[in-house]
Amino acid sequence: MKEVRTGLLVLLVFSVLLGIVYPLVVMGIGQLAFSWRANGSLVAVGDRIVGSELIGQFFSSKGYFHGRPSSSDYDPMNSGGSNLAPASSTLLDEVEKRIALVHSEYGLPEESPVPADFVLASASGLDPEISVQSALLQAESIAATRGIDAQAVRSLIQRYTHGPFLGAFGEERVNVLRLNLALDKLVGRRVGSGSGPEASSPGAGKGEP
Amino acid sequence: MVKAILSLLELAAILLPAAVFLGRYMARVFQGERSFLTPALRPVESLVYRLCRIDESREMSGRTYAICAVSFTLIGVLVLFLLQLLQGVLPLNPQGLRGVRWDTALSTAISFSTNTNWQSYAGETTMSHLTQMLGLAVQNFLSAGIGIAVALAMIRGFIRREANTVGSFWVDLVRSVVYVLLPLSLVLAVVLMSQGVVETLRPHATVETLEGVRQTIPVGPVASQEAIKELGTNGGGFFNANSAHPLENPNGLTNLLENVAMLLIPVALVFTFGRMIKNRKQGRALFAAMVVLFALGLAVALWAELAGNPLLAKAGIAGGANLEGKEMRFGLAPSVLFGQATTATSTGAVNSMHDSAMPLTGLVYLFNMGIGEVIFGGVGVGLVGMLFYVVLAMFVAGLMIGRTPEFLGKKLGPYEMIMAVVGVLLSPVILLCFLAVALAVPSGLAGLGNPSAHGLSEVLYAYTSAVGNNGSAFAGLSANTPFYNLTLGLAMLVGRFATLLPGLAIGASVARKKTAPVGVATFPTTGLLFVVVLVGAILLVGALTYFPAFSLGPILEHLRLVGGGTL
Repeated sequence: MKEVRTGLLVLLVFSVLLGIVYPLVVMGIGQLAFSWRANGSLVAVGDRIVGSELIGQFFSSKGYFHGRPSSSDYDPMNSGGSNLAPASSTLLDEVEKRIALVHSEYGLPEESPVPADFVLASASGLDPEISVQSALLQAESIAATRGIDAQAVRSLIQRYTHGPFLGAFGEERVNVLRLNLALDKLVGRRVGSGSGPEASSPGAGKGEP
Repeated sequence: MVKAILSLLELAAILLPAAVFLGRYMARVFQGERSFLTPALRPVESLVYRLCRIDESREMSGRTYAICAVSFTLIGVLVLFLLQLLQGVLPLNPQGLRGVRWDTALSTAISFSTNTNWQSYAGETTMSHLTQMLGLAVQNFLSAGIGIAVALAMIRGFIRREANTVGSFWVDLVRSVVYVLLPLSLVLAVVLMSQGVVETLRPHATVETLEGVRQTIPVGPVASQEAIKELGTNGGGFFNANSAHPLENPNGLTNLLENVAMLLIPVALVFTFGRMIKNRKQGRALFAAMVVLFALGLAVALWAELAGNPLLAKAGIAGGANLEGKEMRFGLAPSVLFGQATTATSTGAVNSMHDSAMPLTGLVYLFNMGIGEVIFGGVGVGLVGMLFYVVLAMFVAGLMIGRTPEFLGKKLGPYEMIMAVVGVLLSPVILLCFLAVALAVPSGLAGLGNPSAHGLSEVLYAYTSAVGNNGSAFAGLSANTPFYNLTLGLAMLVGRFATLLPGLAIGASVARKKTAPVGVATFPTTGLLFVVVLVGAILLVGALTYFPAFSLGPILEHLRLVGGGTL
C-alpha cells in the first residue's frame, strides 16, 4: 500500500514537471525564438493568411500547379494515407484513372510514364511538395493558361527546387504553395482575380491531379 | 541505392558517437556517480524525492521492485483513463472536444502507460491540448522510465553476488526521467520547433487557401511531445498521420533527428550495460548481434521497396516507384530506414504508411516486432528482451558443450530458463490466439481495410504491434471498435508484463547466486561464436513461431504481386 501511495505522489509531481512545466518552457523558447515556426509557418498574402508553408492544399485551377492526390482531399483535420495495399485492385483502378487524366490533361504521349508522386497519394494526405518532374510536366499547360512564356515557368520551378537533405533525405522537389505564390507574383495577379482564360473552376476534378 | 547507403551512413555517423557518449553518461548516472549535469539536476532529483517521500537509500527485493513497476503502470492507466473521460469539462480544450468514448479511452490509457502508443483515434479531432500534455506526454516519459528501471534491476542481478536486493525502483525511475529523458527531450524539442514543429496552446488556425477554400490547420503543444515520443520509443502521434504529418516532421533534418532519437537510448543502454558489468566487450557483442539483425532486415526491406511495384510500373508509373503512402521530403530509402528503426525499437512512430509498403517490407517490420523487439528494442525493455534470448542461447550452447549454462559467471538454472521462455514465448502465443479469434468473429473481420492476404496482415500486424508494445499499424484496419480496443488493450498489458516480470524474476534470482570464476571450459560470450549462436537462436524462434501466419499474409501477397495478380 505504501508503494501505491508513493506511486500516486510520483505521478502527481511528474505530471506537474513533465506535463506543465516542460511544455511551457519549450513553448516559451519557441514563441520567443521561432514564433513563426512554432505557430504553424503560416503564409500571408497582404493581410490574408492563405495557408501554411508546410501543409499542402488542394489546387484545381488550370492556372496553378497541382499537388499530389490526397486521400483526405487536403483536409488537415483528417490527416492520413489511403492505406491501400500495393496489390490492391482498388488502388490500381484509381491509379489508372489518374494516369489517363494526366495523359489527356497535359498532352503526354501515350507510352510515356508518369512521375510516381503525381498519381500516388502521400502518407499524410497533406504533402506540400511534388517532384520536379511533376512540376515540369505541368509547366506548359500553366504557361498557356496564364499567357506567359513556358521557359519562365520552368526557371521558376528551378529556382524553387529543393534537393535532398545531406544528399540522401528527400527527393528533388518543389513546394506547391510557394511555387504558386511565386507564379502569381510573376504574372502580377491571382488566378480568378481578373478576367481572362484562367478563371478558376473550384471543385473540378476534385481528388485528381 | 546510393542514396540509401548514404542515408544509412549519415544516420550511423550521428547515432554511434552520441550513443557511446550517452552510454557512458548513463552508466555514471545510474550508479550514482557525478556527471557534468549533476550540479544542475541533482537539486531537481532531491526535490522529487522530498515531495514524494522517497528514501533514496532503501534497496528493494525483486518482488517489491515488481510490485512498484506493476502498480505504477496501473495507476498511470487509471489516471489517464479518467483524464480522457473528463477532458470535456477540463481546461485547455479550445476546440471544445467531448470526453473520449470509454473503450477508446481505455485502450489509449493502456497503450500509453505500457509504452505501446497504439492509437485507434485521430489526435487532432479526439484529444484536447490538456489530455495531450498532461496525460499522453507524461506517460511517454514515465513508461520509458519504467523500462529503463527494469533493465537496470536486471543488470544489477548479474553484477551482485549473493544479494537479496536489485536497487530502488523509484530512484531508477526518477534518475531516468530527470537525468536522461528530460534534458534530451528539451534539446530535441527546441531543434524540432526551429524547423516547423508547432508548439502553442492556441486553437487551430483557420485559413482561406489560394483558391478560396477554408482549411483548418490543427496546432497544439506538439514539439514537446514529439521529442519524447521518439526518445522514449513511444511513437504516439499528436496527429493521425504521426511522423508523416508535416507539423510533426517537417523536413529531412527533423526526419534524420527523429530517426536517430528513437534509436539513441536503446543503443546507448547496450553500452551502459557493458560498462556496468565491467565487461565492455560483452556490451559490444550484444550490440554486434543487434546490428547484424538490423542490417539483415533493412537489406530485405530496401530491396523490396527500391525494386518498385511491378503492377504500378505496368500501369504507366515511372519505375513503378512505390510512393503510395510516402512523403516527398523523405523519399523511398529514408522511409524504409525510419520503418526499420521504428519496428526494431518499440517506437511505432511512422513517417510512411506501412499498410501501403511492399509485402516483403511489411514482413520485415512484422518480424522485427514479432521477435519481441530485441534489435535495440524499446527503451530498457529491448535490452531485457535480448537478455532472455541470451539465456536461451546459453542453454543451447550449454547442451552442446555438456556444461551447466552460465552467463557473466552466474549459473543459469531451470528457473531462469522458464522465465526466459515465458518472456520470449508468452507474447507470441497470446497474439496468435487473438489473431485466430479476430479472423473468426464478425466484429474482427469487420475492421479489415484491404481484402484477402493483406487483410490478414493487417490484423496480424495489429496484435503483433500490441503485444510488442510497438504501436505502429497497418492503418487500414478500423480498430476503433469495442472489439479491437479491448482485445488490443489486453494484448498490450500481457506484452508489457510478460517482459517486465520475467526480467525482474531473472534479475532477482541471479542476484542471489554466487559468481563463478571464468574457467577454461566456460563458453566465451564476447566473441564471434556467441554472436552467431545468439542471432541463430533469435532467427530460429522467430521463424518457427510465425512462419504459418507470415506465409498466409505477406508471403502470399508477395507471390501474387510478382505473378501480376491483384487482391
